[in-house]
Amino acid sequence: MIAPACGLFDRRAWLLHRERAARLPAVDFLHAEIAARLLDRLQDVGRSFSRALDLGAREGALSRALLKRVGFVVAAEPARGFLALCAGAKVAADPELLPFAEKSFDLVMSNLVLHWAEDLPGALIQIRRALKPDGFFLGAMLGGRTLSELRTALLEAELLEEEGASPRVSPTAELSDAAGLLARAGFAMPVADTETITASYPDALALMRDLRGMGETNALQARRKSPLRRATLARTAALYRERFADASGRIPASFEILFLAGWAPDPSQRKPLRPGSARHRLADALGTKEIPAGDPARSRNRRRQEGAP
Amino acid sequence: MKEDFEIDPKLLEILVCPLTKGPLVYDRANQELISEEAGLAYPIRDGIPIMLVEEARPLGDDEKRTRRLPQP
Repeated sequence: MIAPACGLFDRRAWLLHRERAARLPAVDFLHAEIAARLLDRLQDVGRSFSRALDLGAREGALSRALLKRVGFVVAAEPARGFLALCAGAKVAADPELLPFAEKSFDLVMSNLVLHWAEDLPGALIQIRRALKPDGFFLGAMLGGRTLSELRTALLEAELLEEEGASPRVSPTAELSDAAGLLARAGFAMPVADTETITASYPDALALMRDLRGMGETNALQARRKSPLRRATLARTAALYRERFADASGRIPASFEILFLAGWAPDPSQRKPLRPGSARHRLADALGTKEIPAGDPARSRNRRRQEGAP
Repeated sequence: MKEDFEIDPKLLEILVCPLTKGPLVYDRANQELISEEAGLAYPIRDGIPIMLVEEARPLGDDEKRTRRLPQP
């Protein structure tokens, strides 16, 4: 049997935070906004789907919207409190251990949950396998520049108030990794891009309250077990205001959203042609004279030829 | 009460063990999904399959024997 995953993130803490978020008054502006953007992007694909999975469904906003256009929708969510609010077929599942047979869906969508994956490549591979050939994956996760202001303020406050700093905000993926990860997970035509959403708060404490409501607070394994000291918290709020506040005294909090999209491979999909297989010269198409540009292979050959006796 | 919350047959069709990705046996009477390979029984609560390894019940040795189906 495979041992339960343990490492970077404390899964239990993560799940507890998520369950707590399900009980707290909904702080869903970010998830609602990203759900809307994901649905817009889905619309742009111009394809109809018949079997969809909403991975990390939370209170089910995305899966409810999908139910209007897809016949069969499964909401998969680890937190029971959220699952109770979902509609349609639902299953309690860990986003990193998918309980679905191969080729179960022609669409998998995921709204802001994969940044918690300890093994993102593994999770992407499982998603690709759950897709039928030519099935589509479209997801959003928090990117590396999320909450950069809070990170800066916290780090400085800890250095000033305490002996040293501890990791408090989870490491996240970078855009440059993302398309490569999708390709390595076996997706065809992988695309990754980012959008930044900046929320405005009266102060750092209000931001932290919202993060708790979202279930996005620190679940880093290496986190200190004791809560932030009052003095550190006050210093964080002061530094945040000092560095980042606008003229009216409100502070910005930026969320970098990493959008991922890719297709399960299928022979019907268009593929790039083999290099050198072109049947027409670019120079002809442009109506210009072809000027050889120092082809490294050719110049190497030439040098070799020139050097020959 | 269990009958009020029947698991969606279309969902049942595509569920596999999250650990082994192997088949599951639906134990209707006990409302469990059994993964022979992993030796785990996943509970179904209010018609919702709980496919979380932390919440699965490890199968006893006697259960493993009695549940094994005869090979054709």
